[in-house]
Amino acid sequence: MRHVLGDRRAIALLLGPALVVYTLVMLVPVVWSLGYTFFEGNTITGFEPVGLDNFARLAADPAVREALWFTARFAVVLTIVQVVVGYLLALLYVFVLRRASGVVRTLVFFPVVLPTVAVALLFQQLFESAPRTGPVNALLEAVGIGGVDWFASGSTAFWVIIAMETWRSMGFYAVLLYAGLVDIPEETLESARLDGASGPRLVRHIVLPLSLPVLLSSVIFSINGTLKVFDSVLALTNGGPGSQTTPLTLYMYQTSFTYGEYGFGSSIALLLTMLCLVVTLFIFRSSRRDLTKA
Amino acid sequence: MNPAMQRRATMVAASVAALALTVTACSSGNDSSDGGSASSESFEYLSLAENTAVKDTLTALSKDLCRAPQSEAPLEVTTQPQASFDQQLQLLAGQGALPSVFATGNSPEVIKDVHGSGQLVDIDAELEKLGKSDAIIPAARSTIEALYDGEVYVLPTEFNVEGLWYNKALFEENGIDAPTTWDELDAATATLAKAGVTPMAAAGKDGWPLTRLVGNYLYRSLGPDALQKVADGEAKLTDPEYVEAAAQVAALGKAGAFGDSVGSIDYTTAMNQFLTGKAGMYYMGSWALANFNDPSQNTVGAENIGFVPFPAVEGGAGDSTQLAANIGVPLAMSQDRFDDGAKAWLDCMADGFGPQSLTAQGVVTGFAAETDADLPPLTTTVLDQIDAADQTVLWFEALFNPKATTTATSNAQLLVTGRMSPEDFMAAVQADLG
Repeated sequence: MRHVLGDRRAIALLLGPALVVYTLVMLVPVVWSLGYTFFEGNTITGFEPVGLDNFARLAADPAVREALWFTARFAVVLTIVQVVVGYLLALLYVFVLRRASGVVRTLVFFPVVLPTVAVALLFQQLFESAPRTGPVNALLEAVGIGGVDWFASGSTAFWVIIAMETWRSMGFYAVLLYAGLVDIPEETLESARLDGASGPRLVRHIVLPLSLPVLLSSVIFSINGTLKVFDSVLALTNGGPGSQTTPLTLYMYQTSFTYGEYGFGSSIALLLTMLCLVVTLFIFRSSRRDLTKA
Repeated sequence: MNPAMQRRATMVAASVAALALTVTACSSGNDSSDGGSASSESFEYLSLAENTAVKDTLTALSKDLCRAPQSEAPLEVTTQPQASFDQQLQLLAGQGALPSVFATGNSPEVIKDVHGSGQLVDIDAELEKLGKSDAIIPAARSTIEALYDGEVYVLPTEFNVEGLWYNKALFEENGIDAPTTWDELDAATATLAKAGVTPMAAAGKDGWPLTRLVGNYLYRSLGPDALQKVADGEAKLTDPEYVEAAAQVAALGKAGAFGDSVGSIDYTTAMNQFLTGKAGMYYMGSWALANFNDPSQNTVGAENIGFVPFPAVEGGAGDSTQLAANIGVPLAMSQDRFDDGAKAWLDCMADGFGPQSLTAQGVVTGFAAETDADLPPLTTTVLDQIDAADQTVLWFEALFNPKATTTATSNAQLLVTGRMSPEDFMAAVQADLG
């Protein structure tokens, strides 16, 4: 075996086909898209070089700013909600339900496997206000608060998207964090209990520091997923009303494929890529520092 | 050959084979659609998923009048939802893979681009070659020319006039007449709202039924060239007389014209509201006749539905004889796929599409359709209106680019619910017009 893997040509042969496929379907389009940022047009009308115009437009376009602000707000709020809810569920599994948690874990995880569009349709019906009154509004009316037209304004639609995404993903984060919590040695917990730590104090001083690494990887997962949110918003609100719930990804898609401006669309894609890169590097660095401290 | 060289040779051969495999896998998709323009392929029709009328008409023709072209190039229908249709069209046109005949999508701009790249059949020239230049009726021809810079490269599978449909019984109950002026429309709205009826069913989720009102108001107040001036850059939507139109429609919304949660109402729901007597008025095109004439959908009865052109605006430069007209989503044909089979189909459609669509679906097309068949009274009403109209106007977004169209339709519900001011609405659309 060592003989085979020591041979450069054997390595080239083994890696070659995969590398060719990867280059063709990943790297070439990425570089191609980067090249588009200096052009404008589409496949029907052809492309013209425009120099740095797309970047100037990127800086000046109020719709980009609006989409960026929505994306940032969405990523931060959803990451916090997802990870906190996931963590609370994980604590529930480990410390309250213990061995009986299997059924609950499965039930909470179930939405993860459902297709996004199906979940979006479900939530549209749940929060519907016309032509039928959906269950949520019916409940609000029953307790005397009165129905809300959830999708009529960006601020309420935002929370519906957050609620839907949380429901859809909390099971995943709960299982991820559960795996981290199960890893904490029972002896450590036992000795802390002997020292008189219990409930919130046990969590605060023992469980939280020991599960910090897995918590931070959850945050990286979550923030990257939420910055790139696309399908759930497309299916639930299509960016509306107006463009009030349009993230960068949706704006990029519309610009490229509806408005036929591949160049500007690629520039938005580049902005999104840079954003993901910066955020990930930032979290990665801070997590490393925290790891050495812990 | 020594062992080392032999090994190298094997490796090179294997690599080449692997590479060849990948390359052929990538390109195999194109081979099948490019080749064979000499012998006729199937007659592939890409339809809007929402539109079943054209598909049904073509299918009926393939079994009857168009049996000959059908045996040469069998009809094959594929569908794509309207929301993603423009993307699909751009993709296919970009790859030179357009089907034989296809719906032209939501925005006329897209098909103009495709036409610019020389991929479309010049319908006008081909019909002339067939000696069937009069297959397209003059009113439809003038609408096509207004839309597509004076050229005819689409097939008008619909010819629609638009206006206000109203529920006669509800109007009688509340003692109101069909509105002929904007003020009367305001009054009718107030009366119906007071009576607890939704005054006007409107699909705020889709947006365009609301912007249609803005566009029509502009044509009535500023004349039939109001939006051409915007397209030519001679006027701006932010000019006060243009903002006035948005303000009037917003005021209508404020008076409760569209009921609660207009942003959640989609096309089907709005149609249903009107056809079940829950709404007094409905601004819509005559393509809805198919639904109006269907007793299973229309519970108020076709005889109970009246039609008036969009009301006049006092002191306005336009008047209500200028009917809003459109050719629905017309079809275009791909030059690459225009083989003998497709030619035979065009020949047959020129003769058969109009009569078939009118008699079987009650849908008025832009094709000449001499028929002796008994038509539903509502359809006759619409045909009379088309005959009487000496000038037609387009709709609000007809001359806009796709971005301005999206901005207009997606913000319309904010305009009528008071969440966006008329000034901001018009400014947002004007910004996208450039």
